[in-house]
Amino acid sequence: MIEFQSVTKRYPDGTVAVDALDLTIDAGKITVLVGPSGCGKTTSLRMINRMVEASSGTILVNGADVRAQRPATLRRGIGYVIQNAGLFPHRTVVDNIATVPILLGTKKAAARRRAEELLDTVGLPRELGGRYPAQLSGGQQQRVGVARALAADPPVLLMDEPFSAVDPVVRDDLQEELLRLQSELGKTIVFVTHDIDEAIKLGDKVAVLRVGGTLAQYDTPATLLAKPVDDFVASFVGRDRGYRALGFLSAHGAQIAPLSTVPLGSPVDAARAALENGWAVVVDEGKAPLGWVSSTSLSTVEGELRSADLVSGGSLYAADAKSGSLRTALDAALSSPSGIGIAVDSDGAVAGGVTAESVLKALDEARRSGGVPS
Amino acid sequence: MSVFDQVGDWLTNPDNWKTTLGIAGVPQRLGEHLHYTGLAVLIAAVIAIPLGAYIGHTGRGGTIVVGVVNSFRALPEVGLLILLVLAMGLTLALEAVTIALVLLAVPVLLAGTYSGVRNVDRAAVDAARGMGMSEWEILLKVELPNALPLILGAVRSATLQVIATASIAAVVSLGGLGRFVIDGNALREYDQMAAGAVLIAGLAIVVELLLTGLQWLVVSPGLRKKTSRRTRARTAVPTSG
Repeated sequence: MIEFQSVTKRYPDGTVAVDALDLTIDAGKITVLVGPSGCGKTTSLRMINRMVEASSGTILVNGADVRAQRPATLRRGIGYVIQNAGLFPHRTVVDNIATVPILLGTKKAAARRRAEELLDTVGLPRELGGRYPAQLSGGQQQRVGVARALAADPPVLLMDEPFSAVDPVVRDDLQEELLRLQSELGKTIVFVTHDIDEAIKLGDKVAVLRVGGTLAQYDTPATLLAKPVDDFVASFVGRDRGYRALGFLSAHGAQIAPLSTVPLGSPVDAARAALENGWAVVVDEGKAPLGWVSSTSLSTVEGELRSADLVSGGSLYAADAKSGSLRTALDAALSSPSGIGIAVDSDGAVAGGVTAESVLKALDEARRSGGVPS
Repeated sequence: MSVFDQVGDWLTNPDNWKTTLGIAGVPQRLGEHLHYTGLAVLIAAVIAIPLGAYIGHTGRGGTIVVGVVNSFRALPEVGLLILLVLAMGLTLALEAVTIALVLLAVPVLLAGTYSGVRNVDRAAVDAARGMGMSEWEILLKVELPNALPLILGAVRSATLQVIATASIAAVVSLGGLGRFVIDGNALREYDQMAAGAVLIAGLAIVVELLLTGLQWLVVSPGLRKKTSRRTRARTAVPTSG
């Protein structure tokens, strides 16, 4: 657990970066500090490992005042990941990762073995161990940065905009990877970002800071979206927050209706007969959805149904998974050419269809039963 | 007979390669030249590299570097040497030459070391500090190894300048390969003079190759690709502090 007790950072020129911040960061959870530039989020993070010294107030890490230890000793016990990774260009990947254990006195060979294991942990092939940072992509470098921070197995991990310099696709991978890692490792992670979507995706709790270094709101992502405390938070959380809040509601209540399916390769006449309200889903042997056919699309087709004849489908809604949310269900419905979202089971086979109406009905029920934060 | 033939004859004449009747041959002059050069570069390195590393690491005093480098750049070496000898006396001619050559090498090494350390990726330095390295460890384990291409580049260019300039030792009646140039000029033995110049140039090329080889051996492969071409351009001197 990390505790900020009325922590202030005032620079010699009088600027106040962080103003009397009180914040309790839960152990074993991801806490995201988010806010516009100048809100003191990075300063707050860097005060935890004393890269920036607080002007007043106290920061406790697991009950101990951070000022009780020499900065170097304190920092060796706290993982640190920064933007652009900050790898040492002159050292190989393995030696980069082994840095802190070697500082702590681990034998070089043992530290290197551990570093190789960590490559597995962060999803990199071991062959990369002997390369130099300049030979890696941005995303790979950032993974090495995470591995390096984990090397001495610190209970606390500080991450300062670690993913903001990589392209959106890679960023998405890295975020998923972090969530997977965290589910295994259960570290206390403090994560700084200016990207509210990243904050909502990663945070167990999100602290929104405003310019001048004060705390605007500290809540779970779902509450933040549903109940922003004021206009600043509401505008910072951004547009579509009603829609994005659906991501935190289980789609369990949404009714899945049976859906008419046709196997690929069926005679066109059979496909015509299978249409319901003018549409049917075409499936492969495993009943996985391939696309749609409609009365219009079939009007020019003769003989057997081929994949070229299909109308491509929308996003899929994994009805079986626990992660199936009203947002994915609604998106499946909205993006489907027929207006019916395809629900798939854990094997990827068609389980039925959801409509926007059924999603909204489920939302209504969740509201009434208190499932929506208010 | 062309100039090249004359120089060729002079260089292949065995008499010029031995010391006879107190007249030094090429090997002795070469030894003296290397002696002056080595001594000056070593002293300059001992002064300039730690100072440049300190200034680069702390970021304090960068303007001093720029000032020193710029003011020493236009130093008239021969004039300085004669002034030093006049002030110190001819018995201290070797010391005077060394001082003059050190003053030539220090700015180059200072600028190279300073900009080398300063140019190390700030994110890597921030990460080093954030992971719990002490300031010494940051300097020794991160900044200096990464600055090595620029530092060695500076050593190379300082050494070359000193080799070329060490010829002036002959002006104050010391040895070195400059002897052949000065004596050749005085005696109107232009073959000797030209041969001296060729020897100095040859020495410079050989030393350059050796130092390039050394640089290739000691610089981390992780820095090799990017830095080899930038080295020379960057050793030039920082324009701001």
